[in-house]
Amino acid sequence: MKTLKTFYENFGLPRLIIAGFFILLVVASIILGFSPAVLFSDVVKRWLMYGTLVLAMVPGIQSGIGLNFGISLGISSGLLGAVLAMEISFLRDWNTTLGMGAPWLTLLLALFFGVILAAIVGTLYGMLLNRVKGSEMTVSTYVGFSVIAFMNIVWLSLSFKNGELSWPLQGQGLRNTASLSGSFGGLLSNPDVVQATQPKWLHWLAFRVGEFTVPLGLILVFAFLCLLVWLFLRSKSGIAMSGAGENQLFTTSSGINVNQKRIQGTMISTVLGAVGIILYAQTYGFLQLYNAPLMMGFASVASILIGGATVRRARISNVLIGTLLFQGILVTALPVVNEVVEIGTLPEVLRIIISNGIILYALSKTKGENQ
Amino acid sequence: MDEQYLLSMSNISKEYYGNRVLKNVTLNVKPGEIHALVGENGAGKSTLMNILFGMPVIYATGGFEGQVSLDGEVATVDNPHAAMDYGIGMVHQEFMLIPEFTVTENIKLGREIGHKTALSRIFGNLLEKLNWDQMSRDSRKALNSIGMMNIEEYTKVAGMPIGYKQFVEIAREIDKTGIKLLVFDEPTAVLTESEADRLLEIMRLIAEKGIAIIFITHRLTEVMAVADSMTILRDGEFVARKDVKDTSLANIAELMIGRQVEKLVEDDLLGERELSDENIALEFIDYYVDMPGERVKGMNVKIREGEIFGFGGLAGQGKIGIANGIMGLYDTEGEVLVRGKTLDLSKLGEALRNKIAFVSEDRRGVGLLLGESIERNIIFSAMQINDEFLKGIGPIKILDKATADKHAKNMIKLLDIRCTGPSQAVGSLSGGNQQKVCLARAITMIPEILIVSEPTRGIDIGAKKLVLEYLTKINRELGTTIVMISSELLELRSLCDRIAIVSEGKVFSVMKPDDPDAAYGLAMAGVREEVAL
Repeated sequence: MKTLKTFYENFGLPRLIIAGFFILLVVASIILGFSPAVLFSDVVKRWLMYGTLVLAMVPGIQSGIGLNFGISLGISSGLLGAVLAMEISFLRDWNTTLGMGAPWLTLLLALFFGVILAAIVGTLYGMLLNRVKGSEMTVSTYVGFSVIAFMNIVWLSLSFKNGELSWPLQGQGLRNTASLSGSFGGLLSNPDVVQATQPKWLHWLAFRVGEFTVPLGLILVFAFLCLLVWLFLRSKSGIAMSGAGENQLFTTSSGINVNQKRIQGTMISTVLGAVGIILYAQTYGFLQLYNAPLMMGFASVASILIGGATVRRARISNVLIGTLLFQGILVTALPVVNEVVEIGTLPEVLRIIISNGIILYALSKTKGENQ
Repeated sequence: MDEQYLLSMSNISKEYYGNRVLKNVTLNVKPGEIHALVGENGAGKSTLMNILFGMPVIYATGGFEGQVSLDGEVATVDNPHAAMDYGIGMVHQEFMLIPEFTVTENIKLGREIGHKTALSRIFGNLLEKLNWDQMSRDSRKALNSIGMMNIEEYTKVAGMPIGYKQFVEIAREIDKTGIKLLVFDEPTAVLTESEADRLLEIMRLIAEKGIAIIFITHRLTEVMAVADSMTILRDGEFVARKDVKDTSLANIAELMIGRQVEKLVEDDLLGERELSDENIALEFIDYYVDMPGERVKGMNVKIREGEIFGFGGLAGQGKIGIANGIMGLYDTEGEVLVRGKTLDLSKLGEALRNKIAFVSEDRRGVGLLLGESIERNIIFSAMQINDEFLKGIGPIKILDKATADKHAKNMIKLLDIRCTGPSQAVGSLSGGNQQKVCLARAITMIPEILIVSEPTRGIDIGAKKLVLEYLTKINRELGTTIVMISSELLELRSLCDRIAIVSEGKVFSVMKPDDPDAAYGLAMAGVREEVAL
């Protein structure tokens, strides 16, 4: 009884409700005759697709800037890196010269550009957040929105030669949604793409077991990123950063520059955001520009909070559980709801209710913790 | 109850969370009398006043025992409004004035006088028109009655000298009709000398009108100058009620400090050893710390190698600032020398790298990562400064969990930290055990100089003893120089070799632990006077 009680206290009521709801949806979908394998393939895919973006919340929270609604900065950096890489790939005509290596090089180049850009932008953003201590989350929400507006102008004014990217019949501006099918789309997660474009010895990257899809490549990449963050949080530097997030005076009195640590955390968070959006696009198969990333920050925030993180403490396990529950509900709700009621937008409504509700719940809890 | 007393608080006891802060205290005040309430910090003065005013904090923590009577009748003061109705007023230490309002507006705030208007007849008196003439006249009268002819009732409070603000506060209390008793809570603490003298005069004026005054202060000379009688509290206990004419400064000081019999550190731990004036471990030269509320203003002191050196004194005098300055939490000026070498305090962690460790007085605010485990707290500084508890995995170094765990377990055993294990969050520990974790973190640094600030604040007697004994032990066995900053003279005197009493940001005098109580009392009160013993 006691262990049950501690489990309940550790797990928390909101997560119990959401986990219960998730299980209910799964049972319902199976009763309604959906294939569990297909359903779970989808859940796993979405889990990994959003995982890195949610992981990006961890360094931010640990360093004391709170929930990084400004993750759009990292997302924009990643997107910019991706379009640059694709343009270079097109100009150099890698598809003909490199063959099966072309998507790999494009992916690596996209990551490279994205990470560099995000590191620079993230550092500046960290410096900004140091000036607004106490209201980081308000400021980061606005920064997150503003950068999307700013990037809209950028996307409109870039003139690229790559036909996949630029608006057809127009010299300037990029498309709303650019397909990655000729590039690195599905390279790590889609068995069809892997089998069509890659040599046999790479077919383990994504394969099917019956109806169930195993995106092993993506699993390994995501696991590797989680491991990196986990190692960092246990390093001297990471422990100092977590200290800075928990108690600034304590950390200062241990001879650590708190502001530097906060910049470090913000920077890493932004970089992970850039990597996250590239992995997202890779899985999704499309690059979404303009307003598409506007609310991604909120989804990431909601996921990690569902996972049990607070505004001040987050762990890798929060990322894993939270993303699974949040995305799991969205994936399973869609077919089930469509079967039960015929309103097309209901899953979307559900998504908004869950994500905003959870954010509200978590924020209302933080006050209680401080008192 | 005795009819002659205006206010009579008898056998008052109060507990905060099982901690008894008042034990059978009695306070009697006659009409028109200036009655001083004296005692060290934590003697229970504020709690007693909170009870008198029916402050919510008293009722939120289970009320109090004992009886309060006014004019010989039992009074129930269960909220501040009731206190006002009984004619009890208070002049606060921090001014409760609105700067952008005029003197009149401040004096009449909440008690405005109004005319009836058409609107107010319908919607109630909140919409009455203010009678400015009457309000100005009343304010003028109140100001005149305390001899403040030169304060204009129509000026704004903002920009007034601090002393004047204090007088406006007093005028506001005087203006309340039926005021019988005024409490002055350390009114002279923020005033200049001439302003303070003026205030004392005003107090006499008020008393002459038949209003009784309770005067709370640390400045014993003021008590001698103005009060008729006094009540002395010590550790929540009633010590004596005396008439000022029957007593002396030294006598009051002695009663305030008191000789307590309980021993905090056993004698056999306090072995004799040689301390040399040649080997100076830590020296402050013209040292300033800009810590709000605890400013250090030009301190000069030398602390010998292997010594246990105490800093005592009243709250707000600057003793707390000393350590916080060294640890880089507040800006400093002047020089701090460690074994003759100047510390560059503008660099973070400079003190730690010079083998100085620090246990903060603000456990929860500075001393601990409340959300983290005991283990993480204990190893944090040693890891960051000395690169301990790390192991290499390829090019990166990460936490060596096994070593950290072992060390934490050792510390838990050594200091008897009551917990479920090294992974328990420190936020869920009791105060005493949290303090032990702070201490464990400091000694994990293996410091040569250990600065402990208020090491026993808010912890129970058992933990207190253990902490103090442990400090003595590492001093004697490892030769660690210990600087102990404490408000509790008793604990300083039970283990320090020398004690510096800090007053107004400077070292007032350096004393021996066996100096007489009266001498300590006077030093704490900042009175320089030869005492006949």
